[in-house]
Amino acid sequence: MKKYTYTDKKDTRSGFGAGLLEAGRKNDQVVALCADLVGSLKMQDFINEFPERFVQTGIAEANMIGIAAGMTIGGKIPFTGTFANFSTGRVYDQIRQSVAYSNKNVKICASHAGLTLGEDGATHQILEDIGLMKMLPGMTVINPCDYNQTKAATMAIAEYEGPVYLRFGRPVVPIFTDADQKFEIGKAWMVNEGADVSIFATGHLVWEAILAGEKLAEEGIDAEIINIHTIKPLDAEAILKSVAKTGCVVTAEEHNRLGGLGDSVAQVLAVHNPTPQEYVAVNDSFGESGTPAQLMTKYGLDAEHIVAAAKKAIERKNKKA
Amino acid sequence: MKADLQTLEKTASQIRRDIVRMVHGCQSGHPGGSLGCTDFFTALYFSVMNHDPKFNMDGIGEDLFFLSNGHISPVFYSTLAHAGYFDKAELATFRKLNSRLQGHPTTHEHLPGVRIASGSLGQGLSVAIGAALAKKLNGDKSLVFTLHGDGEIQEGQIWEAAMFAPHNHVDNLISTIDVNGQQIDGPTKKVLSLGDLRAKWEAFGWDVLDMKGNDMADVVKVLEEAKSRTGQGKPIMILMHTEMGYGVDFMVGSHKWHGIAPNDEQLKLALDQLEETLGDY
Repeated sequence: MKKYTYTDKKDTRSGFGAGLLEAGRKNDQVVALCADLVGSLKMQDFINEFPERFVQTGIAEANMIGIAAGMTIGGKIPFTGTFANFSTGRVYDQIRQSVAYSNKNVKICASHAGLTLGEDGATHQILEDIGLMKMLPGMTVINPCDYNQTKAATMAIAEYEGPVYLRFGRPVVPIFTDADQKFEIGKAWMVNEGADVSIFATGHLVWEAILAGEKLAEEGIDAEIINIHTIKPLDAEAILKSVAKTGCVVTAEEHNRLGGLGDSVAQVLAVHNPTPQEYVAVNDSFGESGTPAQLMTKYGLDAEHIVAAAKKAIERKNKKA
Repeated sequence: MKADLQTLEKTASQIRRDIVRMVHGCQSGHPGGSLGCTDFFTALYFSVMNHDPKFNMDGIGEDLFFLSNGHISPVFYSTLAHAGYFDKAELATFRKLNSRLQGHPTTHEHLPGVRIASGSLGQGLSVAIGAALAKKLNGDKSLVFTLHGDGEIQEGQIWEAAMFAPHNHVDNLISTIDVNGQQIDGPTKKVLSLGDLRAKWEAFGWDVLDMKGNDMADVVKVLEEAKSRTGQGKPIMILMHTEMGYGVDFMVGSHKWHGIAPNDEQLKLALDQLEETLGDY
C-alpha cells in the first residue's frame, strides 16, 4: 500500500473559496453569486478583490439560478454558491430548464453536502444531490476529495464550457493531494494500485478509503483505490480496467446508496462486466443531528465499514469462482 | 427597423393568421394568449427593439427579449420568422417531430432568436435580470425586455426577482405582464386573485406603466415611454391590458382558448375574421 501522509487539514469549501479567487484573477468573465451564505461558502476573498463581479441575491435560490443563467447570455461565467440542499433539490426545476436544458455555462457550487454538515440535522444534510444532478442531461458532476483538489477543480471548471455541479463539504479533512495538481474533468485518479479488490471512492471518503487500504494491507489484502472525483462523465475505462484485474468492487460515498456513485458504477459493470459490488453509502435514509464523526460511524461511512465491505466483496468473488 | 403604424397592423394581422394556422396544423398549442400579445410582439420586434436577426447568443450591443410564459410560443415563433430570424416555411413544423419549433421555446434546438428555454413558469424575470446585470458589467447600454403572463406571477420566483431588481437598481430592464385575467382553470380572480398589481409592483420599487395591449398606437407609445424611463435607478414594469384571443371573436376573452386548437371550420372562421393578407407562411 502506497503511503499517504498529511501535515495539514482543511475544509474543502475553503479550497473552493481559494479556487474561485484564482479563477477570478485568471478570467475577468468569472462572476460569483451567493444566497446569503458568503461566510459558509468562503467567498469573501473573491468579493474583496472583485466587488463588482459579485451578486448577493438574498435568501432566494431560485432567483439566483435564473440570474446566473441570464448572466451567461452576456458572456459571463457564473459560480453560484449555497448549501448543497438549496443548490439542488430546492431549485431542481430552475436548473433543469434555465441551466441544463438551455445549456448555460453555470457552475453550481454546493457546500455542506451530506451528513457531515452535522448538528444542523436532516433538513440541511442532502444525500440525494449527486443523483439529482447526474440525471440532468449535459450536467457534469464533480465531488473532489480534499482542499487542494477542490481548489484545482474550481479553477478547472471555469475553463470548461457547460453546466457543472461542484460538491464539497464543511468538515476539516486531511490534505493529501498535490498543491499544484492539474484537475482533469472526467479522468479518475489512481490512488493505489492493487490486485484483490477495487475501492472506488468519492469526496472525503477517498481518505477513509486510504485508511481502509492500510488496514486491509495489514491483513494481507491488496486493495486498489481509485478516486472518482468526477461522477459524470464517469471514467468507465478506468473502472473496467481495475475490475478486470481485481474482480470485485466497493464504492464509497457520502450519499444515499440510491442514485449516487455506486449506482453509476453498477450500471457500467452490469453492461460490460457483471461483478460483485458492495456499497458504502447511506442506506436510503435521512440523517440526523450529531457530530460529523459520530454520523460517519452511525451511518456506516468510515474506514471500518469500507474494510468490512471489501472483505464481503472478496468473499462473494471467491464464492462465484 | 421602425415600421409605421399601418405596417405594424398589417404584420400583426399576418402573425395572427400564422398563430391559428400553426395551432390548427398540429392540433395543439396556445392560441388565446398568443393572439392577445401579438400587438406587443409586433411593436417590439418591428419598431421598439434594436436587434439583429443574424443572432448571437450573447446579444452584446443589442436589445434582448425573454419570453417567460413560454406557452405562447406561436406568436414568438411567427414574429421571429417575420423579423428574419429563420424561414417562415419552418412555422409549418410547429410542435411536430424533429422540429426546432418545440411546443415551448428552447435553445436546445438552436433556433435563432431564442436565448433561454421557458415553459415551466416563473423563471424568465430572473434570467432577464441576469442578462441585464451582464450588460451593465460589459458597459453595454442596450436594454432587456421580458413578457410574463398574469397567471404566471402566481409563481413565487417572480417575487424573489421582483424584490431583487429594484434593490440592485436594474434600470436597463423593461418587463411586461400580459394582464388578460385568464388562466387555464378560469379567470385569475377565481383561481388566485392577483390583487392590485400596480400597488404591488410599486411597493417593490418598480416604475409601473399601463398599456392598452390591443391598441398598436398605445403599445408603441408606452414601450417608447418605458425606454425613456430607463437608466433612472428603477426597473420598469408595464401592465399590459389585453384580451385573450384578440382578433378572433369566438376566442376573445375566454380561458377555454388558452390551450386548445381550432377545428377545420373554426380555422376558416378565424382566418375570415383576420384581415386578408399575402405572404402567410
